[in-house]
Amino acid sequence: MATDAPPPSKSQPQLPTTEEFVEVQESAEFGELRRAHRSFAFPLTIGFIAWYLLYVLLSNYAGDFMGTKVAGNFNVAFILGLAQFLTTFLIAWWYERHSSAKLDPKAEAIKSRMEGGA
Amino acid sequence: MSPAITHFQLAAGEASEHRPLIISLFAVFVVATLIITVWAGRQTKDAADFYAGGRQFSAFQNGLAVSGDYMSAASFLGIAGAIALFGYDGFLYSIGFLVAWLVALLLVAEPLRNSGRYTMGDVLAYRMRQRPVRTAAGTSTIVVSIFYLLAQMAGAGVLVSLLLGITSDAGKIAIVALVGILMIVYVTIGGMKGTTWVQMVKAVLLIGGTLLITFLVLLKFNFNVSDLLGEAAKNSGGGSAFLEPGLKYGLTTTSKVDFISLGIALVLGTAGLPHILIRFYTVPNAKAARKSVNWAIGIIGGFYLMTIALGFGAAALISKEEIVESNPAGNTAAPLLALHLGGVDSAWGAILLATISAVAFATILAVVAGLTLASSSSFAHDIYANVIRKGKATEKEEVNAARYATVAIGIVSIALGAMARDLNVAGLVALAFAVAASANLPTILYSLFWKRFTTQGALWSIYGGLVTAVGLVLFSPVVSGKATSMFPDVDFHWFPLENPGIISIPVGFLLGWIGTLVSKEEPDTGKYAELEVRSLTGTGAH
Repeated sequence: MATDAPPPSKSQPQLPTTEEFVEVQESAEFGELRRAHRSFAFPLTIGFIAWYLLYVLLSNYAGDFMGTKVAGNFNVAFILGLAQFLTTFLIAWWYERHSSAKLDPKAEAIKSRMEGGA
Repeated sequence: MSPAITHFQLAAGEASEHRPLIISLFAVFVVATLIITVWAGRQTKDAADFYAGGRQFSAFQNGLAVSGDYMSAASFLGIAGAIALFGYDGFLYSIGFLVAWLVALLLVAEPLRNSGRYTMGDVLAYRMRQRPVRTAAGTSTIVVSIFYLLAQMAGAGVLVSLLLGITSDAGKIAIVALVGILMIVYVTIGGMKGTTWVQMVKAVLLIGGTLLITFLVLLKFNFNVSDLLGEAAKNSGGGSAFLEPGLKYGLTTTSKVDFISLGIALVLGTAGLPHILIRFYTVPNAKAARKSVNWAIGIIGGFYLMTIALGFGAAALISKEEIVESNPAGNTAAPLLALHLGGVDSAWGAILLATISAVAFATILAVVAGLTLASSSSFAHDIYANVIRKGKATEKEEVNAARYATVAIGIVSIALGAMARDLNVAGLVALAFAVAASANLPTILYSLFWKRFTTQGALWSIYGGLVTAVGLVLFSPVVSGKATSMFPDVDFHWFPLENPGIISIPVGFLLGWIGTLVSKEEPDTGKYAELEVRSLTGTGAH
């Protein structure tokens, strides 16, 4: 960070110039990495927030439905609450799989090229 | 005298009989963590050690520490109490607190690790004019942390009155002062390295204590959760309504809106909490940051599932009068549950109570240390080094500034600790979440993902979100006008909701957008190229 004036530390790789960053940013390879991240993370974020809000709104305005007994003393509200836990775990797992397969290799390739070339 | 009061006094009396045990358990934790702190302090040589623990923690270690930082008194005492009193409505906290991690995972953790060094302000100010944006980031970091501190200190005060049976102000202030002094020691000596180890120890203790209570509760019901829920519904006097939404928030239109407001604040707050965000700097790279969030989601998720047993267990096994008598906001439900599980009149009950209370103390102490580290780091790195000294301070001067700031914040939090008592700790923390989601999250997301975002947009968003959120809280029933308010004797509230999120979060996002559209300066596209490439690839990250 230029404005930060950090003291040179032992392991700090030399940072490429702004021109090099702009060049990479405009490259097709980086565009693909950006798309691979955004096309996964953005819709998923909107999706889980919508699902969570739906759950909050149902709690508020669909009391009868939420109070319906499903099994024993478990009602719909409870099951949906537990389903929120489940979807959270699943999304975390899914993102990890996506990142290590699709994002990490692309990011690593660009990084090592930029740092090696600097 | 009602039976409930006698019962509570019995509980307190039983506890104070075993006061030496409680104090020794707590002393063991304090001594162990102090040894860790001194050890970590000896290895703290430069700024990266002090702020980021040398960046050498593993993903699992940091995941554990993140969980330790996150599972505060709010999660342990507050949620258990909220469920014990309001049943299902209290459970929303657990869900919101967990789901919120996905925002941090998908959008924030890796880019932050890749493009910042020590603080949240590093990322916010990256493409902007440094001084104004860092001042703003530092201000909101400190405000959010102080709200959070207030909740922890309230929890500490509550525990003291339960454990030592003293309700005198002097006794409470003494304990709050002790917490404050310990936290100053942890942070000034141990820095991030010491604090991280303290978080890990605390996370293990908290998970262990919660597992034990959960096991004992389930044992009482032959591991039949349905029976547990049924008994909780019956014993609470709420019947099946206790297991349905609406007991706390379903009564009026206002309280329904409050429920939505709380829900939004919870889910969007986590990714804007400075003390959580700086944890991502303690690992070597973004991949490790991501994996530490995954660990945290697993650990925190498991913990929140157990809050079902804690909260509904308390509702099933303790009378509502006793819970309310002990603390009107339910904050002592978890320790009381421990006492009842062991048997109110037995030594075993007192031992369980002592153990759980020591765990709660450890929880408070660790979280308070994490919060203090976040705010003093931000003061030293963002405000002192980059604004006051304009980037010319040496590393040593910067770290010293952080240490002085720690002492100052410690004193402020000791002073605040005396104020909040009868507010539910989870509710108080939800306010910190609302402020974080309003002031920090919009700028974090715009900075990372919106090319056109400008300095003016950042400033409008941070200050606008901050002032709106804090202002609405100030004029809400949390502060005045109700028996449970911070100042119950005066009434200057006009904002009906307890949580400001539903207004202040959109305001924060909107102001960032408008501020950018009307700003005259061109965004620095070169800097954005740097930020974007770095945040996604980790180029130049150290």
